[in-house]
Amino acid sequence: MQTLTVSRTLELSKNMPNAWFRLRRRIWNHGMLAIMYFTALMVTLLLAGLIGFICFRGVPFLTLELLTSASSYLQGTIGILPNLLNTLYIIGIALGFALPIGVGAAVYLTEYAEHPRIISVIELAAETLAGIPSIIFGLVGMLLFTQLMGLKQGVLAGGLTLVMLILPILLRTIQESLREVPNAYREGALALGAGKWNTIRTVVLPSAKEGIICGCVLAIGRVVGESAALLFTAGFGLKLNDFFTALESSSATLTVALYIYASEQGEIDVAFAIAVVLLVVTLALNIAVMLLGKLSGRKA
Amino acid sequence: MNEILRINNLNLWYDSKQALQNINMRIYEHEITALIGASGCGKSTFLRTLDRLHDLTPIVRITGEVLYKGQNIYDPDIAVTQLRKQIGMIFQKPNPFPMSIYDNVAYGPRTHGISDRSQLDDIVENALRGAALWDEVKDRLRSSALGLSGGQQQRLCIARSLAVEPNIILMDESTSALDPISTGKIEELALKLKERYTVIMVTHNMQQARRISDRCAFFWLGEMVECAPTDQLFNQPKDVRTKLYVSGSMG
Repeated sequence: MQTLTVSRTLELSKNMPNAWFRLRRRIWNHGMLAIMYFTALMVTLLLAGLIGFICFRGVPFLTLELLTSASSYLQGTIGILPNLLNTLYIIGIALGFALPIGVGAAVYLTEYAEHPRIISVIELAAETLAGIPSIIFGLVGMLLFTQLMGLKQGVLAGGLTLVMLILPILLRTIQESLREVPNAYREGALALGAGKWNTIRTVVLPSAKEGIICGCVLAIGRVVGESAALLFTAGFGLKLNDFFTALESSSATLTVALYIYASEQGEIDVAFAIAVVLLVVTLALNIAVMLLGKLSGRKA
Repeated sequence: MNEILRINNLNLWYDSKQALQNINMRIYEHEITALIGASGCGKSTFLRTLDRLHDLTPIVRITGEVLYKGQNIYDPDIAVTQLRKQIGMIFQKPNPFPMSIYDNVAYGPRTHGISDRSQLDDIVENALRGAALWDEVKDRLRSSALGLSGGQQQRLCIARSLAVEPNIILMDESTSALDPISTGKIEELALKLKERYTVIMVTHNMQQARRISDRCAFFWLGEMVECAPTDQLFNQPKDVRTKLYVSGSMG
């Protein structure tokens, strides 16, 4: 009995890390921790620095005049109101077309489609579409909408191009939110004698509302940040237009205007002011998504 | 005693696996018929055939007849929505829609075209009274149904069914997710409901079947082994399997 205990302690002490090993482990531990802190700090600094720099350069030039007027050589003013409006127009057009298509396709895929192959083909197509560089959408949009369909450069052609760009995002998020609607809701409605479409309209879609709104906000974020796909389709125009004129006249959105002011007109300050506006818009959209997530989370 | 449902030679397959074998059965008006049997014996599957809820699952194949007042509900000419209006279903877990209490109960009537406000108010009140829930919720009809307790939610689901004025109410283990007090309330309610409706319930709980059912059917491995008045089924079962099951030595 006693010998057994002795031999066991011996064995244990053999396996016990010695002093050097323990020291090495502690150094290693602290070293890795330091590296983690450093990388986290780097990311934070990079982000904070970028935002700080943009605000530092941009905010002083962010005047009311800039936000509420149009650029004019004759009057010598520079303003981004037309670009703000163009961005809104394009959001309206892109979402106006993409949302019904996206909801329709997602409803078909989750509620009606029975053949798994059809579903996987459409999903693969949507995923591929999401991965294509946006300049290619611009090229296709130019050929399809301005040359083939004969639209003039403007927010209509630009908006339609962005429909192709945001459709995969919308489809995916709406599909997800429809899948999360419990089957018990569908069965409950059917058992009361509701038809299939009636069930979808009155029970399934309302339950998926938050997810659909989230998808819209994500899509809007994509539209606001897009420039490459709009260069060929929406154009470079800086004139202030109402919605219907803008449809078919060259109209630059905020991001395109940023490019124009920075690279062609040498107005770096204006470009930075636009950057601040874009930053605020993006931030607001993200906060909106977060709030929606919280709201829907609370309900469940 | 009037016969309301007659099931003739009903077979059901999930893909190639047969889940119901040649079921022949009669259901009588104003009775509670309980379906008992071990898990996976096909009693819930059978219950769902009576409301054509398998229509949602493409892999299910059904042969045979379910005659409702003499008409086969699997006849291609039958309007499924009208059928489901007359045969209501209460599920295992309460499934109120994420809407207000009022809208839940009004869902069925609205679906079937009633939009008059005062008429809807009457239907909702009557249905909630019928489900013994009115006194508990009359002051908060506008608040979300998801805020109710499990037992209240289940009674709300019953009220929602009653609002479309069904003839038959199917209950699929509707008390198994509830505490004993809520279960007691639902059982009491079922006894009251049979005065106006016909109730068919699947239950895991033999005591429950014994307490409240008038007639009882025992299912075993996809077969309906024996169907008899409850007393008779429990006290003088004809089939040896029934005898073993109700005495607790099989299942």
